[in-house]
Amino acid sequence: MGADLLTVTNLNKQYAEFQLADVSFQLPAGYIMGFIGPNGAGKTTTIKAILDMIRPDTGQIELLGQTTPQGRESVRDQIGIVLDGPVYPDSWRAETVSRYVGPFFPSWDPDKFKELLQDFAIPTKPKYRDLSTGAKIKLQLAAAFAHHPRLLILDEPTSGLDPIARDELIGILQDFISDGQRSVLISTHDVLELAKVADYVTYLLAGKVTFTGSLDELLDRYVMIKGGPNDLTPAIQANIIGLQRSVVGFAGIWPTDQIATLPASIVQEPVDLESLMIAFGKGGRPHA
Amino acid sequence: MRIVISNQSGKPIYEQIEDQVKAAILSGQLKVNEQLPSIRSLARDLRISVITTTRAYHELEAAGFITNVQGKGAYVLGQDSALVRENALRDIEASLNQAIDTANMAHIAPSELHTMLDTLLQAEETDHGR
Repeated sequence: MGADLLTVTNLNKQYAEFQLADVSFQLPAGYIMGFIGPNGAGKTTTIKAILDMIRPDTGQIELLGQTTPQGRESVRDQIGIVLDGPVYPDSWRAETVSRYVGPFFPSWDPDKFKELLQDFAIPTKPKYRDLSTGAKIKLQLAAAFAHHPRLLILDEPTSGLDPIARDELIGILQDFISDGQRSVLISTHDVLELAKVADYVTYLLAGKVTFTGSLDELLDRYVMIKGGPNDLTPAIQANIIGLQRSVVGFAGIWPTDQIATLPASIVQEPVDLESLMIAFGKGGRPHA
Repeated sequence: MRIVISNQSGKPIYEQIEDQVKAAILSGQLKVNEQLPSIRSLARDLRISVITTTRAYHELEAAGFITNVQGKGAYVLGQDSALVRENALRDIEASLNQAIDTANMAHIAPSELHTMLDTLLQAEETDHGR
C-alpha cells in the first residue's frame, strides 16, 4: 500500500462566528475519500488551508510529503483541483483553457487535454457561460488531469449535476484511482452516489471531525433501529442518535456495540451514510 | 463469472461478493488456478469501493477459496482445498442438524429420515444421469 498523499494534523482556524477545531485525517495513495458534512461544517475552509489559500492558526498539512507552504507550492503541479461554481471567464471556450491555464503548469499536456475534451464529450464551440453545469465541471476535470496529478481535490463538484452527470463523474474518479497510486479527496453533502465508491470518509460537523476512517468501519459502528411508541424506553431515548418520533413509532441510529441492551421487539437494520449524516446533523452525538 | 450486487438485500456488499464467488467455485464454474478480476478492476466494474472489494477477497482467502498473490492477483484454489472441504462439512452438518431437529419436533423416526435422504440422493443421481 502506498504512502499517504495527504495528512492533516490538528488544524485550527478561528473566525468570528466559526472555527475549525483540531481537524485531523489522512488519505493513503490509491483511494477515494469523501469529505462530508452539512453546509458550513468547514469543508471548504479545510480545503482552502490544504491549498494554502488561507493560513491556519495552528496545525500541520503534509501534501505529497511537503509540509511547508513553499514545499507545497513546489508540488502544485501534481495536485488537480476542481472547485464549485464558475472558475473561468464567461467568454472562454474549452480550448482557451489550454492556452491560458496550461502555462501555469510545467507538466501541462495539451494533447492529453484535447483527448479529454473528446473523452468527456465537452462541446468546444460554445462559450464557457453557455456550457451545462456538468460540462463546466468536466472542463475543470480535464484541465486538472491535463497536468497528470497524483491527488485530485474536488470541492462540492456534484451540486447542480444531474444524476447522469453525477454517475459519470464517479466513474471518472474510479478510473483515476485504479492504478493504486493516485487519490481523490471529494467534498460533498450529497452522499448517495459517493457512498457506493468512497473507501474512506472524513465527516465534519461544526468545524470538528466527527469520524474519519474507512466507510465500512463507520457503517459497521451503527445500526438503524425502529420500534413502536411503547418500545421507546428512557434508556433507549437517552442513547439513541437522531431520534424520529411519530404516533405509530420511532426510529433512530444506535451504536452497534450496545445492541445487546435492546429488547427483541426493536427492529434493527444496516444503516446507510445518508441516514447517519441526517441523524448526526440533528444534534445527536457520536459515540466514541 | 457473474456477480450481481443488490442494494436491497440487507446483506453487506462484501458478503454478497464473497457468497457469489464461493458459489461459482463450488459449482465448478470457476476452475482451479483461474485468475479472478483484480480488486481494483472489480471495484470499478461494480461501482463499489476498493476497500469493500479488498475485504471480500481477504475473507475468501481466509476461507481457503482463493489465494492472493502479491503483485499478481487472486487465483482460485478450488473445491479441493482442505479448508473449503471443512467449511462444506460444517455447513452440511448444520443443515442435517436442522433436519434432525425438525424431525424430532414432528415425531418422524430416524429410519424415515434415512429413507428420505436416500430417496433425495437417488433422485439427484437420476437427474444427473439424464
